[in-house]
Amino acid sequence: MLRITGGKVYDPANDVNGEVRDVCISDGRIVDEVAGADVRTIDAAGMVVFPGGVDVHTHVAGGAINFARAMTPENHRDAAKFIHSPELRAGVGGATPSTFATGYLYAGLGYTTVNEAAVPVLSARHTHEELRDTPLVDKSCCVLMANNELLLDLLEEGETERARHLLAWHLWAAKGYGVKAVNPGGVTAWKWGKNAKILSEPVPGYSKVTPAKIISSLAAMVDELKLPHPLHLHCNNLGAPGNIDTTIETMKVLDGHRAHMAHLQFHSYGGDDWDTLRSESVRLAEFFNEQPNLTADAGAILFGDSVTITADGPWQHLLYQLTGRKWGNLDVENETGCGVVPYTYKGTNMVNAVQWAVGLELLLLIDDPWRIYLTTDHPNGACFWRYPEIIHLLMNADFRRECIDKLPEKALKRIYLPGIDREYTLSEIAIIISAGPARALGMPQKGHLGVGADADVALYNDDPDRERMFGHPRYLLKGGEVVVEEGDIRKMVDGREYIVRPSFDKNIEEYLRPLFEQYYTMSFDNYPVEMERLEGADIRECG
Amino acid sequence: MITLTLKEQPEVPIEAEALSPDVVAELGNDELRALPIFFGKRQLRLEEFFEVEGEASEELEIHGDASRVKWLGRGMTRGRLRIVGNAGMHLGAFMKGGSIEVSGNASDWIGAEMSGGLIRIGGNAGGQIGAAYRGSLTGMTAGTIVVEGSAGLEVGMRMKRGIIVVKGMAKDFTGLEMKGGTIILGGAELRTGAWMKRGTIISLTPIPLLPTFAYNCSYNPTFLRIYARELETLGVSLPFEESEGSYELYSGDAAVSRKGELLVWQPAG
Repeated sequence: MLRITGGKVYDPANDVNGEVRDVCISDGRIVDEVAGADVRTIDAAGMVVFPGGVDVHTHVAGGAINFARAMTPENHRDAAKFIHSPELRAGVGGATPSTFATGYLYAGLGYTTVNEAAVPVLSARHTHEELRDTPLVDKSCCVLMANNELLLDLLEEGETERARHLLAWHLWAAKGYGVKAVNPGGVTAWKWGKNAKILSEPVPGYSKVTPAKIISSLAAMVDELKLPHPLHLHCNNLGAPGNIDTTIETMKVLDGHRAHMAHLQFHSYGGDDWDTLRSESVRLAEFFNEQPNLTADAGAILFGDSVTITADGPWQHLLYQLTGRKWGNLDVENETGCGVVPYTYKGTNMVNAVQWAVGLELLLLIDDPWRIYLTTDHPNGACFWRYPEIIHLLMNADFRRECIDKLPEKALKRIYLPGIDREYTLSEIAIIISAGPARALGMPQKGHLGVGADADVALYNDDPDRERMFGHPRYLLKGGEVVVEEGDIRKMVDGREYIVRPSFDKNIEEYLRPLFEQYYTMSFDNYPVEMERLEGADIRECG
Repeated sequence: MITLTLKEQPEVPIEAEALSPDVVAELGNDELRALPIFFGKRQLRLEEFFEVEGEASEELEIHGDASRVKWLGRGMTRGRLRIVGNAGMHLGAFMKGGSIEVSGNASDWIGAEMSGGLIRIGGNAGGQIGAAYRGSLTGMTAGTIVVEGSAGLEVGMRMKRGIIVVKGMAKDFTGLEMKGGTIILGGAELRTGAWMKRGTIISLTPIPLLPTFAYNCSYNPTFLRIYARELETLGVSLPFEESEGSYELYSGDAAVSRKGELLVWQPAG
């Protein structure tokens, strides 16, 4: 049992805004009161008390990130090293941290829950094994379905109900938590050397299936299955100049269905080509503000080296042609694709400068912090361990101005950031890094400090240098255990994995089995991930 | 001067990045004897492998067959490292300044990603001289490497600036993905200059050319006079007089660019 006393508590989900009050913990949960001789007290005077951070969109486990790790030995050489010790496993940080290091680094920010945002069913087993080796954080993952050819075939034939059973079956087979759509139709088109740039045009190989149909069907199915997390959507035309129109059209296509718009920064550009690229964050934010069915994460970028990884194969091929750097491409059979390209965001590059501004603009212009969350689409925009830099930029307009002054002249005419004075409050930061994403993920036990919540609590020094503050939590509690103390990792605990079991008609297996025998390299019986592969699974029944 | 004598060849290669003038110049002999040497995964003291004589200095001399001693002079910025005998892999990697001399042979990755200084090898060298480590975008960015004998594969891979001289033969893929700088060769085996973007490779004997290199002309480039004078101070003689012959200029690699130049010496007559 534990009592945190004297800290300023920020718990926006329960309308607690910087009050000095006690937080009591027993059996891994927040409780009203603890008493007795064995109560440990943490004196949090001078500190702020936050619910543990929740990352709604990150890439930390599975085929794509592992491919990226293998492709970038140069990053590991320069990366922070974790030396083997009685408490810690060896590993590297850097752009694509190794599994154990990922857990250590998230804990080192005060984060306690992460959502791996893109998992092909075919590599779900690998993903879960890596998640099991990612300690200190609870995990969930979203399963890639918008380019699954078995599903698209059913949409082509108008068999919506069977498609829903198929979706639910796949989600359970992968032991996933949510449904992810990446460049709907575009990755399938990539297998024909093409892309899907126009929402209303049929996807190559189909006559009725369009990106719009895929998006609206998936969003409707996710709602019908009553999944806790809405459709997690990576729109078409990521990164392309002028993609704002596609993004807004996508929001219209959703027609009131819930959706989480991933890494919105990469989808908010105007202009016709790289020379005329400009920020369209104002137009996007204004439209988004009117759509209560939607949430989003920023996908902000920071200058420096990164590795871009995505299921969006055609975009990665373009990025490879633009940069001339190395390119990795994976074909995931009938399900999706994957591309990996190392990338360096440069402050002197006009396009990168606009991207940097757009990420911050969206966080500042979308007026409801409950609907926009802090992410960098790790490792694409920047590594997750650089989040404190973004928090500092959001909370300090003067510092932001200093950074804007360093941008190239050409970029200044194309962005809105210089005219924005808003500064985030600590309470708003608590929303965008914890309370908001927990709510979007549909995890009522996360992101708050009310009675009954998981005792995931981060204590930070109330330091005016917000970057230092959020980069070095004094204490972190995970499920009631003190895992970080005075800035050092002291105790290792394994996180749980959240999965859903949506209801589906068992007969779908009779439909799938012959298709598998015909089209897959893996046998049908080996395809679903066994429960034994997961450690500490927390199953939610849905539908 | 400090003299270290290798007691006997270690059973497996040891890693001795502490053996650089920057480190030893500041230390007394007892501290020197305690410097860390990695023997497999075990960290041992330097004195288990070397006898130490002399006194603190920026001049460090190593005697014995150090072909199983890796990372000698890693990242050094000043002073002089002399190896009387052979040197192991990664000699002078990431070096920024100072000089290294090896009287015998050296192994792979010497001067990898170096950014200044001079490395001279009296015998033969291995592959990946002045190269980029796997995955890195650029190899050496400045400095000079002179090999009296032959060299292995991928000499100057991804190098950006600086000079590499191999007086003997270099093996395949010399100047692979080269981005700039100069490589001077006594001769080379296959695929010289493959994927080179820019930079200059000079061969003093005819070499097999890739089909993606196109013949331009025969001439005597003016810049070679300046290069030759500079290289003479390092004991490298580069012909440049028209009376002696001329260079055939090929440009490539057309698979990626036509800006790289390959000069092949043709003696007169």
